[in-house]
Amino acid sequence: MSRSLTLGAALTAVFVGAALLSFLWTPGDVQAMDIAGRLQPPNGDNLLGTDHFGRDILSMLMVGARTSIAVALVAVGIGMGAGVPLGLAAAARKGGWLDEIIMRGNDLIFAFPSLVIAILITAVFGPSAVNAIIAIGIFNIPVFARLTRGAALSLWTRDFILAARVAGKSATRISVEHILPNTANLLIVQGTIQFSLGILAEAGLSYVGLGAQPPTPSWGRMLADAQTMVALAPHVAVIPGLAIVLMVLGLNLMGDGLRDWLDPRLKEIRT
Amino acid sequence: MLRYTLKRLTSLVVSLLVASLVIFLVVEVAPGDPASYMLGINAQPETVAALRAELGLDVPKYQRYLAWVGGMLTGDFGTSYTYRTPVAQMIADRLWVSLPLALMALTLSTCIAFPAGIYAAARRGQAGDVAVMGATQLGVAVPNFWFAMLLVLLFAINLGWFSAGGFPGWDNPLQALKSLTLPAIALALPQAAILTRVMRSSLLDILGEDFMRTARAKGLSRRQALWRHALRNALIPVLTIIGLQFSFLLAGAIIIEQVFFLPGLGRLIFQSITQRDLIVVESVVMLLVFAVIVVNFIVDLAYAAVDPRLRQRV
Repeated sequence: MSRSLTLGAALTAVFVGAALLSFLWTPGDVQAMDIAGRLQPPNGDNLLGTDHFGRDILSMLMVGARTSIAVALVAVGIGMGAGVPLGLAAAARKGGWLDEIIMRGNDLIFAFPSLVIAILITAVFGPSAVNAIIAIGIFNIPVFARLTRGAALSLWTRDFILAARVAGKSATRISVEHILPNTANLLIVQGTIQFSLGILAEAGLSYVGLGAQPPTPSWGRMLADAQTMVALAPHVAVIPGLAIVLMVLGLNLMGDGLRDWLDPRLKEIRT
Repeated sequence: MLRYTLKRLTSLVVSLLVASLVIFLVVEVAPGDPASYMLGINAQPETVAALRAELGLDVPKYQRYLAWVGGMLTGDFGTSYTYRTPVAQMIADRLWVSLPLALMALTLSTCIAFPAGIYAAARRGQAGDVAVMGATQLGVAVPNFWFAMLLVLLFAINLGWFSAGGFPGWDNPLQALKSLTLPAIALALPQAAILTRVMRSSLLDILGEDFMRTARAKGLSRRQALWRHALRNALIPVLTIIGLQFSFLLAGAIIIEQVFFLPGLGRLIFQSITQRDLIVVESVVMLLVFAVIVVNFIVDLAYAAVDPRLRQRV
């Protein structure tokens, strides 16, 4: 295991652990306001300080991690759930009308500026975490469809697939029993990358007020709230941003590390 | 080449048509009637109906779609429900902020990424390479709006070199450029990180090619071989990414414009969404999609012109 995989996995584990822990315990109450103790810099009572309502920032970060992870995870789930079967189907009938429709549809989604459409969807259907998930998830579908199709196409030319066809298995069975397991590594790596992009997208959407709604804490909205306080108390802006950076960095490192670990041949090609 | 161009052109037109249909449908299912929104909750039903007729909202949806698309073809984007001014004019005004911002960011990101990518590729595996790659890892992980806030904190609040937001207009070009500088840096940083990685890996691919060994065997120094042979060949993937980044920057400026209170296309979208000014929303989104699709089309054609092999793969 490489250093980047270890470091990435450790960073990710810290945030996932904090999010899980927040279900049971947080250092402070994320909804309890304490105006007298607002905008406190990090100190003994509040390890990461307090925000403009006097809420404990560490506690808000922990609960906010829950929102970020949930949104990004479900969005990856949507992308894989729809994209992988589409990619498998397209590869199984390469050049057919289904392949053509799926690939053209993919091109079309890629042509839309994802952020604009995410904003459009959340604005039209109302800002909420669920709509943010859908908006981010839709753009994950073509990513997984294309990746799966590409990987599956090269697998279909292999001898063991020919053997399966000779044995009389249907295209669907071959796709599920032989193609899918062999693309799993690629999908895991891409899933990690899309996960980190999802975290960034969720932060962006909730920063402009289109993600999770108050009182649910979210990292993006903590930054939006902090914007006017930045001169008075820089820590309210710096700390949530650092959390996003570390989480995304952790996921990216883990993705890179996983790719090298799962497919050592790639590493030789790349370096 | 002609056949290829025609084929790509057909797919361009189909993409644009489908895109316009999708945008129209999404916006049209939006809850909230523009007319009743504009008149408030106490409006008489007759007044609302009269305004609906005036805005052209009482005709069937498919007719409105055809009118919208037909209008755009002739440069007429319709009239804003809220401001009663031509949408084309509103968009043009905002483009004067968004377009220079995107161009500045693109220039910056290219100016950072080229030297950084070449430097890292030339020193593969050495300390310099590791440092550059580490920096790009950080660059792609930083949300640009947060980076923007840090820039404001440092350069506007603490040092006082720039204003924290707003746009003075192009009457004073120097002032205008100055107010776009911090937003452009914030937009450019993550893009520069991506472009640096592309530049590096593309160069590394080329450096492993046989013709590079031939160049060295001919007696060229490493440096000469890099500049004369490798760089030119490595540029193709880099140019694609630059093409993609331009349209991304135009659309991606939305959030940065919020941070710096810039009156660009992004602010226009947000404003019109909250005011239910559907026709403006539709037109701005369509314009952005149009930009993406056309830039991709141009990049594809440019490739095929340079590299005949690509014409086979349609």
